[in-house]
Amino acid sequence: MSVEFCGLTLAHPVINGSGTFDALAARKVFGTALDAEFPFSAYVSKTITLQPRPGNPPPRLWEAPGGLVNSIGLPNKGLAGYLGEDLPELTTLLADLRSVPLITNVMGSTAAEIAELLEACDTRSEIAAVELNVSCPNVKTGLDIGADPHQLEEVLRAVRPRTSKPLIVKLTPNAADVAACAQAAQAGGADAVSLINTLRALALTPPSSDAPSARRLRRPWLGGGSGGLSGPAIRAVALAQVAAVAERVELPVIGMGGVSSAAHARNLLDVGARLVAVGTESFRDPIAGARIARELESATG
Amino acid sequence: MTAPFARRLLRVAGMDELGAYRVLRVADPEGSNPAPGQFAMLAATEHWGGGEDERPYLPRAFSIARWRDGEAHYLLEDVGPGTKRLCELRAGDDVWALGPLGQGFTAPRDGRRALLVGGGVGIAPLAILQDELERATNLNRAPADSMEAATVSAVTVLLGFRDGPRAQGATLLRGARVTTDDGAVGHHGLVTDLLAQELEQDPHTTVYSCGPSLMLEAVRSICATRGIPAQLALEAGMACGFGACYGCVVPRRGGGYLRVCVDGPVIDAAELDQVEAHAGAPA
Repeated sequence: MSVEFCGLTLAHPVINGSGTFDALAARKVFGTALDAEFPFSAYVSKTITLQPRPGNPPPRLWEAPGGLVNSIGLPNKGLAGYLGEDLPELTTLLADLRSVPLITNVMGSTAAEIAELLEACDTRSEIAAVELNVSCPNVKTGLDIGADPHQLEEVLRAVRPRTSKPLIVKLTPNAADVAACAQAAQAGGADAVSLINTLRALALTPPSSDAPSARRLRRPWLGGGSGGLSGPAIRAVALAQVAAVAERVELPVIGMGGVSSAAHARNLLDVGARLVAVGTESFRDPIAGARIARELESATG
Repeated sequence: MTAPFARRLLRVAGMDELGAYRVLRVADPEGSNPAPGQFAMLAATEHWGGGEDERPYLPRAFSIARWRDGEAHYLLEDVGPGTKRLCELRAGDDVWALGPLGQGFTAPRDGRRALLVGGGVGIAPLAILQDELERATNLNRAPADSMEAATVSAVTVLLGFRDGPRAQGATLLRGARVTTDDGAVGHHGLVTDLLAQELEQDPHTTVYSCGPSLMLEAVRSICATRGIPAQLALEAGMACGFGACYGCVVPRRGGGYLRVCVDGPVIDAAELDQVEAHAGAPA
């Protein structure tokens, strides 16, 4: 059940959500067993920023009902570290897998930053496509770039000419009208959109560990303040947003959010997604993506 | 040594009471010898979810406490919806397990004595460490990779607990000196009181420690002051156990973070400025 996506031919429709599977770490932990059953038909890197980021102070995780609130803070080696260290390693790993293309996810807080990231990726043939994370506050307005359709279109128009690679825009679900944002991405020159990213969420320090003086405002639990909710808890929201977006745009859509079985993946495909991404479920079982792809295939075949 | 690339469906061989704790025994006839200090991510196959606060959802990380006759043993304490559900398992039930994962303890160098310092449910990885150190010493050969060429002059065990029922956990190891916070059993005080005494008597020692973060920080500080090498098995809130989620970090000396799951859980104390006191693990 191979799938055409932005000029790439993928073996099946299941890829990973950015930041939910570290192929290099997994290769060390699982060895060549990872190569034998690599779960994804394309591999999406975690988000790369211009400068290195250490990520947020711990704690970074909170278990929610049917899900996970995370505040990881996009730790990465920065563009130079990624291109110099991780990309050669990733290329070697993915070459062993044959036909698993690499999608590099990038984020910048201004059009100029994004343009620099896209241009750097454009020079590297190992990168098959770029996914742009627009869940980043604009340094001037404080508003997430992807949350406002006008701003999103303006930024994309500015950066689109800077890369010849397929450009996927990873939409934020924390917007008034996600379908309008998808339309803006299309108008701005995106080749595909992916959604949903995590939903903004908050966890509080447990009452027992607070000072005994009652009624005091409790503090956020996560070191980064607020976080993002993922997992089965967001599955129905993802289905609604993917359906709304797929109805509104012509672009191929990567649907994700709480996918833990082929039935969930099938739902997203049925409302118009071309590909589905598995994220949090991989934390529970690293091979979940392969299981879901296999189940999808046997259901269709 | 690499871990199987998938969580595996295993059978519970038994659940034993050990004072305030439980010992979960999981049959793993195909499994490979874990290194002391390694861990596994565990989840019940049935009713994993729907407990307190509609949890648990994620698997839980547990040190492998013992590996014997094709069974992995885990020490459990019911402190939240995940551990509560796992404590309910009985022989014949199924359990999901991913592992063995992480970096374990390494053998002492230069004929140093091994001093094992544990607190509460954190004594678990010290049991398999004691097994392996004693075997390596007795047989003078390497039963596990990390214990290769171990020449241990002696193994001393110090274990601290909150109270009497928990102190029964001390029988997981052999020949332990025990402390309790309430004085119910053994020395009335902290396990780190005994640690300081032991290091006065014989500083030619490597310290191996696992327990609550406050205890680990005291162990780290005592060892750092005296220039004693120490290996600390850390706990952290963890979603995946294999380096994917970046959730389980601790600050590294000199900047940046270590991932407890892949850089640890056993971390050389020299890599840390301090063991931070937040308790981040979903229970």
